[in-house]
Amino acid sequence: MEFRDNKAIYLQIADYVCEHILLEKWKAEEKIPSVREMAVELEVNPNTIMRTYDLLQTKNIISNKRGIGFFVAEKAVDQVKDFRKTHFIADELPVLFRNIYLLNISFDELQRKYENFIKENFNA
Amino acid sequence: MIKVNNLHFGYGKNQPLFKNISFQLDAGHIYGLLGKNGAGKSSLLKNLAGLVYAQQGTLDVFGFDPAKRQPAMLEQICFIPEEFYLPAVKIDAYVKANAPFYKKFNHDYFTNLIQEFDIPVSQKLINMSYGQKKKVIIAFALATQAKLIIMDEPTNGLDIPSKAQFRKIMASALTDECCIIISTHQVRDLDNLIDSVIMLDENDIALQASVDEITEKLTFKKVKAVDDSIIYAEPSLSGYYAVMPNYHQEESKLDLELLFNAILTEKTKFKPYFN
Repeated sequence: MEFRDNKAIYLQIADYVCEHILLEKWKAEEKIPSVREMAVELEVNPNTIMRTYDLLQTKNIISNKRGIGFFVAEKAVDQVKDFRKTHFIADELPVLFRNIYLLNISFDELQRKYENFIKENFNA
Repeated sequence: MIKVNNLHFGYGKNQPLFKNISFQLDAGHIYGLLGKNGAGKSSLLKNLAGLVYAQQGTLDVFGFDPAKRQPAMLEQICFIPEEFYLPAVKIDAYVKANAPFYKKFNHDYFTNLIQEFDIPVSQKLINMSYGQKKKVIIAFALATQAKLIIMDEPTNGLDIPSKAQFRKIMASALTDECCIIISTHQVRDLDNLIDSVIMLDENDIALQASVDEITEKLTFKKVKAVDDSIIYAEPSLSGYYAVMPNYHQEESKLDLELLFNAILTEKTKFKPYFN
């Protein structure tokens, strides 16, 4: 995993876990890698992974079964979408809007590009 | 786990290296010890391990005074110096001679690490490359299961794949019972492994804080122009890399190199944030 420069590592790892859940690589009620396994895989301090897992627990995306490990929560996909949507609207959309405004891009053009993108990437 | 109070230390009467420094280290953390050349990183580590003695002040290393060099303390410390000597023997002879000093030495773990690091076991230590020797010492250090693991520039001499292996091994080696201190100039090698920073400058500790505390109080980001809110900035291709107070509870990623330069140049401006 390549870390970006501008965002706290524990949040980037949260995104990584969420991505796995959205893409159903990790399915509801399945066990996810332990703190130590994740730390080794991503070459980061286990305390950082713990912080990520704490955050995801408070968002009801994963749950901790004592003595067994961490599991994807039952409604994790909905929770992830909620969590990511809030974040997207607050942090990423303003940047996008600013560029759309500055570059004078019409909504028609955007819509065409959006539909093409979905076709090419998700076959939908 | 380790308490240092009012430490004074120097190699000559009129050349003080540390004046009255105090700090505490806890188990379950990886501390990054940073400082310019000659700032005293290695000397501080040697003080903790009883390799040099404090002129004034007290050191408490899990209840022991390191200057007394009691076996019960020494078997809980493993020190990887920057410069070292390995004898003209093979790995198994080295382990046979040295492992008995460490009661909890884990032979299986040592074998695993040697395999992971790809070390030729049939070769004499003295004939190995610097990087290979270093990996033998790191594997030995971790296999001792010591409470305190001190590493002076551990990634020096390691090739690119070995650095990644080193990070993986360190990530798995940290337990709630042990404390790891790594002194380094190669901050990029250890960026995400360190959870606490100790910075030495001008005979003193310029900063001791956890990474979480640093990013809670300061933000690290790219900006287009420098204004009054910025404490320190370095020019880049597309603007500046800047350090500023974290006014808006942003969650930025710590840039250790930038912080290091920032603290060295603007020491007094950062003081109020960390007390």
